[in-house]
This record gives sequence, structure tokens and C-alpha cells, in this order.
Amino acid sequence: MFGRILASGAVGAARSMSTAWWRHVEPAPKDPILGVTEAFLADPSPNKVNVGVGAYRDDNGKPVVLECVREAERRIAGNLNMEYLPMGGSVNMVEETLKLAYGENSDLLKDKRVAAVQALSGTGACRLFADFQKRFSPDSQIYIPVPTWANHHNIWRDAHVPQRTFHYYHPQSRGLDFASMMDDIKNAPNGSFFLLHACAHNPTGVDPSEEQWREISHQFKVKGHFAFFDMAYQGFASGDPERDAKSIRIFLEDGHLIGCAQSYAKNMGLYGQRVGCLSVVCEDEKQAVAVKSQLQQLARPMYSNPPVHGALIVSTILGDPDLKKLWLKEVKGMADRIIGMRTALRENLEKLGSPLSWEHVTKQIGMFCYSGMTPEQVDRLTQEYHIYMTRNGRISMAGVTTGNVGYLANAIHEVTKSG
Amino acid sequence: MNTSSPSFSSSAADRRLSALVRHLEGSSLNVLDSRSRSIAASPTSGSHGAGNSVFDHVVRAPEDPILGVTVAYNKDPSPVKLNLGVGAYRTEEGKPLVLNVVRRAEQMLVNDRSRVKEYLPIVGLSDFNKLSAKLILGADSPAIQENRVTTVQCLSGTGSLRVGAEFLARHYHQHTIYIPQPTWGNHPKVFGLAGLSVKTYRYYDPATRGLNFQGLLEDLGSAPSGAIVLLHACAHNPTGVDPTPHQWEQIRQLMRSKALLPFFDSAYQGFASGNLDTDAQSVRMFAKDGGECLVAQSYAKNMGLYGERVGALSIVCRTADVASRVESQLKLVIRPMYSNPPIHGASIVATILKDRSLFQEWTIELKAMADRIISMRQQLFDALRSRGTPGDWSHIIKQIGMFTFTGLNSKQVVFMTKEYHIYMTSDGRISMAGLSSRTVPHLADAIHAAVTRVA
Repeated sequence: MFGRILASGAVGAARSMSTAWWRHVEPAPKDPILGVTEAFLADPSPNKVNVGVGAYRDDNGKPVVLECVREAERRIAGNLNMEYLPMGGSVNMVEETLKLAYGENSDLLKDKRVAAVQALSGTGACRLFADFQKRFSPDSQIYIPVPTWANHHNIWRDAHVPQRTFHYYHPQSRGLDFASMMDDIKNAPNGSFFLLHACAHNPTGVDPSEEQWREISHQFKVKGHFAFFDMAYQGFASGDPERDAKSIRIFLEDGHLIGCAQSYAKNMGLYGQRVGCLSVVCEDEKQAVAVKSQLQQLARPMYSNPPVHGALIVSTILGDPDLKKLWLKEVKGMADRIIGMRTALRENLEKLGSPLSWEHVTKQIGMFCYSGMTPEQVDRLTQEYHIYMTRNGRISMAGVTTGNVGYLANAIHEVTKSG
Repeated sequence: MNTSSPSFSSSAADRRLSALVRHLEGSSLNVLDSRSRSIAASPTSGSHGAGNSVFDHVVRAPEDPILGVTVAYNKDPSPVKLNLGVGAYRTEEGKPLVLNVVRRAEQMLVNDRSRVKEYLPIVGLSDFNKLSAKLILGADSPAIQENRVTTVQCLSGTGSLRVGAEFLARHYHQHTIYIPQPTWGNHPKVFGLAGLSVKTYRYYDPATRGLNFQGLLEDLGSAPSGAIVLLHACAHNPTGVDPTPHQWEQIRQLMRSKALLPFFDSAYQGFASGNLDTDAQSVRMFAKDGGECLVAQSYAKNMGLYGERVGALSIVCRTADVASRVESQLKLVIRPMYSNPPIHGASIVATILKDRSLFQEWTIELKAMADRIISMRQQLFDALRSRGTPGDWSHIIKQIGMFTFTGLNSKQVVFMTKEYHIYMTSDGRISMAGLSSRTVPHLADAIHAAVTRVA
């Protein structure tokens, strides 16, 4: 670096200095999930199929804007103002959102024991919590299931919270490794923080049964663990939001003081609006006020206050009984189509005489199917059949249609039939 | 229209805090009283099984000073009350404003049934990014033409600053950033949380109510080589004091000679002078000398999109290859923060910027807002002069942008609030946007009284 003081202000003098600030910057690896769609878009093949990113598609393979959302947008267009929301976001939206997770008549809500802020979808909610955890439980770690959504690792890493893993998926059965999971819960030091997927586990689609959830909750009580629920698919898994919140309700009945990330990306199709909510259950209202104020202090130096548009859509829908009814119907419709595609894919594979068991396709729940395919098999699917998915073998069922399920089944059969 | 209009706080949380602002609310810390820790005995809360909260020790964070102003203002029943804390534009009637072009763009978006709400890419809306870079750097910018600029959509100015700061903390060799004294209260927090260490450079001179140029040059001159320097592109917040073009050139030379890295915060382009190009001159001066810099842009004020959180971070690099690698690393910062940015506001901006007639219309509405502010400055100055208020008030018309640093002390501010129901931050900063022709006389009376009756 030159130490010469410039004598004149000649333009371009700076060029002679070796101010190579960024020469050492390596190109970052592509995001494994979002990179799939990029590759898909670049593919000219007419047969290409995108079962990569978890965004819902209708049976024509088209993205969907829910009718309730369109109506809500019509109502709010030309809104009086676009002023800043408070740091904690739209109070109205948060209130409605908490009802979904905690129950309409939850005493926790009546007693104002839940600290909650609007967040930037599920990612933002998880990140805010991770930052909060770092600041107020600085010695804690986070236990993350194996596998999980890849970005979970990034989130807690960037929040500087050390990570550990716990057993979750059982590859042989393509189901839950409940015994090992319970061992990990028992062996973790008392008072550990755990990340749990409330329903429709991503990427496996494998959820604990209600009974298993009760056992997990009980063990958490024994160990004094903290449960942080990432609920990105409420309503989307079974078609019934109340049913999909069962795991959380079980924990609440047992008196756990949980944390919860909620997202409207999938279940309201508001992906790009980035609408979500972070909540933390506290011992009393005073504590909830304190915790909320601290969450806001973390949001302020990140983005000051959250975006208003998506929040307005949500509160317009959930605040109007007719629109809310319409939404519930549309969510069920999406969930039902997915369930239908699971059945179709499994039947197709069985009809093709696949030597493997595809029972897991219909047992797993939510948007994703953990097919069990290897990265090499996935690569073959992409290269030979122009089928795009993440290399962990995760299929986004939302990308499957009556039009492509046969093609997909055939391709999967071809790359897996030799075992 | 709005059949079920959601009720959320109407106060525009003014993001512009002075580093010198003292809390208006007394009890800002609320240490938990162990006796108040009670677990509700209702059946569903499982009082017998609930453990103690792991966040039991969390104390309540201090109130935001600006929100405190608005809270107090809202409580005041006086018919002559005036809120000059708010950092959001108001019309002559004191109402918030949605620009006509924004309404039209929004209608276009709503009516377009082919639009979907899918995820944007991590870096945001491509059109928006390109147009934003052109807006701040100039359509003919060589840096843009040579593909040396990477632009990512972020959450308004705050988000752009944070993403840029996180990138610097990870990839830049110098982790100290120099910020002007005073500056927006959120600046030190943004940079601190990103992992940079924050130092200050002299900026405002209370004696002249202008720029302490000597102090600025000295402090930047003694900064370690390579240090990052935060620069307000125009309409410095909270002082309204900007360097002249000549002074900017001297700053540029000094900074380049010391390899100091410029990080511009551009929150008022077009809003300050009324002209988009004029307000971008400082940034363009640096961008065209071949060196590197960062720019955080916000559309909160100049497009009135406050709550939509629309902004962009541009990094001007030496080469196109570097810009591409830098962009890939910016994605790694963004993904674990919020995955991808919100689509609505950026779509509105892109719609306006890419359409000739909408763009034209925007520049006219923007100039009208800026002109109204400038006219308020003139009116207030004239009103004080006609009252013979002691002191030199020329800084009111010399300062630029939304805010005026009046020079009133906190005692005088308290007096003005109590006796005249004027609400402002205790550092004497007023938002000109909150004034109207109708209310200027009342403010002038209040200032006159404060200056003559309170030490």
C-alpha cells in the first residue's frame, strides 16, 4: 500500500495505489437450496421438473397467489400511509399470529405472558432468537436435529451460538430415530436449548407421533431443557392448523416456557413478503415486556422495523372472519393436493415394480419427501432427466403434478432400481 | 375502503437519533422484582410443572427516546400541540403522505394478476438493484458500465448499513469505522453488532452551528490507514450540516491519500436540495475517482416508503471479477439474517424508476416535498427575525434536509414542551417536516420565549 500523500487532486490518482481491498475474497459456495432453482431456470429442456425449493405449485406447476391474499391486497392498496411500523412490528398481526400458535383462548395470551415481535419470516424469527439467546444465555449452545434445513446452521453460526446435533432421522426406516433422539435429550446437560420442528420436519417430512411428543416434552421437563419450535408449515402439513400445532400445545400444557418462530411464507403463500413472528413465553407479563423490549433492541440495528405490506395482508385476512374462513379452505386445498401427490408418486413407483419400499413417501408429511436417494442418484436425475432437487434427495412434493408425477416416478425408478 | 383496518401504532418511529440525545423517560431500566415473578395458577399454564424462565435475568431495555417524544405528544390534550420529533414527512395539513406515483405503481402491481409473491433471490429484485445503482451513481457511471458495482437489495438504510458492515467485519482488513459526531443514534449500534469497533470524528461545531471542517480533517488525517469512514451523502442527520462541494473534494483527497474506505449513508437523495443528481454529488465524486466505496441507499423518505423497508447496498469495486466475488459473499451474510428481502416495496420502486413518465412525476413530487421543507425553514427564520429573537438563526436556512439543530439546550426544550406543547428531542433537534405555515408562528413564539426566559 502506498504511503505517498497525494500532492494534487488529480482524478485517477487513486488508481495508482494498490488499494486491492477485496482481492483475497473467495467466491462463496452457492446456496444448496436456492442454487437448485437457478440451475433449473437455466435449463432449456422442455421436460425439466423443479422439485427443489419448497414453494407451492398448483397442479399446472404454477405458483399460486391465494384468493384471500388477492382480496386482502385489493383492500389495502391505496392505504393511507406507509409509515414505519413500531420496532416490534404490527401489533394486530402479531396478536392474530400468536392465536394460531398458542390457541384462540390461550391463558398465556390473556395473561400477556408471551413476548412477541413481527419478524422477517421464519429465517428472521430464528435469527432474532439466536441473537437473543447469544446475548442473554451467552454460555448456551443450540442442539439441532440431523438433518435439518441447511440455513439453521448458518443462522446460529452467524449469531455466534455454538451448535451440537441430536439424532433425528433414521435412514434405514426413513422414519424417526426415536430411541437415539431420546438418548441425546437425556444425555444433554440440564437446561440445554433444543431446536424442534413443530410439524412437517424439513427436509425429512418425518414427525414424532403425538405420543412421542408427550414423551419428549416429559423428558424436557425432567432435564429442564428449553424448546425452540420452528413452525414454518402450520396448516400446510395436515390441512388443519390446530392439528399442526399439537406439538406446541403439548409442551405448553406441560408448562414449558417455549420459544417459537412462525412463518406465513408457505401457508399464506406470502414467500417474498417476509412475514413471520418470533415469540418467547415468559413467567409473567412484566418479564414478557422486558423480553420484548430486548428483542426490539436486536431488530433495531438489523433493519429498524419490519416491512408493513405483508403484515397488513395477514392482519386483514385473519381479522375478517370470512377471509379467514377462505384462507383455511385454501390452506387445506394445498395440503390435500400435496397428500394426493404423495399417494400418486408412491403408487406409480410401486406399479413400476421398484424393488425398494416407498412407504415413506406417504408416511412423511408436509412439503418434503426425503426420498433416500444418494447424491449420485440425484445427480443422475438432473443430468439425464432434467429433474432438479437438492442433493440430499429431498423432493419438494409441491413441485409434483399429475402432469409430471409419472415422468418423475419413472426417472426415480431408473436411477434406483439397481439398488 | 379499509373494512378491517388494522390498528397499529401510528407513530413513525423516528430512526434518526442524535448520539447526544438523553432519555426523556426517567425510569428506563426495570430490574425484575423477584416477588413479581408469579406463575399464573390457571390450569393450562401448568404452574406446577413450569420451570423458571432461562431469561429471568433479562432487564427491560431503555425506551426509544424518539418514541418517548411521540408517546408524550399523543397524551397531550392541548389543541396547539406540535410534534417535531417525527422523522417522517408531513403535508401542510400535518398528514403523512403517500406519493401519487407510489399509489399508481401499487395499483399497477395489484392489477397485474400474473404477478406472484415468490421468494426474491437473496440479492433481491434485479431491476431494482440495477436502477438503484444508476440512481445514486449516475446512469453514465463508468463503474456501472464496467460491471464493477455489486448492488444488493436490503431492508432500507438500516439493513443496507448492517449487511455492508457485516461484510466488512468478515472480509476487510480494518475493523474500525469512524462515524461523525453527532450522527444518527442507530449508527453505532448497527456497526457494533456487526463486529466493527466504532470511533468518532469531529463534525458539528456548536459555536457556529456549522461544520467543524478543521476538526474533521484532523481526525480523519490521524485515522489509521485503511480505516472505514461513515459519510452522510447529504442532509446530515441530525444536524443538517453538509460539507460544500469544495470541502467534499478535500475530504476525498485526504481519504484517498490515506486509503480510508468510504461508506456512504444516502437516506435523503432528492429530498435535501430537491434534485436527485445534486444530492448524489458527494457519492459520485468518490465513485468516479476509480477507488472503492460502499453506499447504503434508502427509499424511506424520498419515495415515502418508510414501512416497506426498501433500500440497497452498493459496493463499488476495482474490477468486475472482484464485484462478482463480493456479491457472492454478501449473499452469505444475508441468507442467515432473513434469507431474501421483501418484494413489495422494491417492486414499487422498480416500477417507478423504469417508467419515464412515472420517474418524471416522482421528481416533481420529490421537489415539492423538498421545497415545502425549504419554505418552512425560510418561514421560521423570518418569524424569528420579525420577533427580534436574540441570536443568529441563519443556521435554520443554511442547514439542509429534514432536521434543524436549533442550538436550544435541554432546559429550553423542556420549557417549550411544558409551556407551548412543542415536542422535540432534548438535543434541540426539530423536524421541519412536522411544521406548516399555520404552525410556524406558534413555534417561533415558543423559541422566542425559551431563548429570552430560559438560560
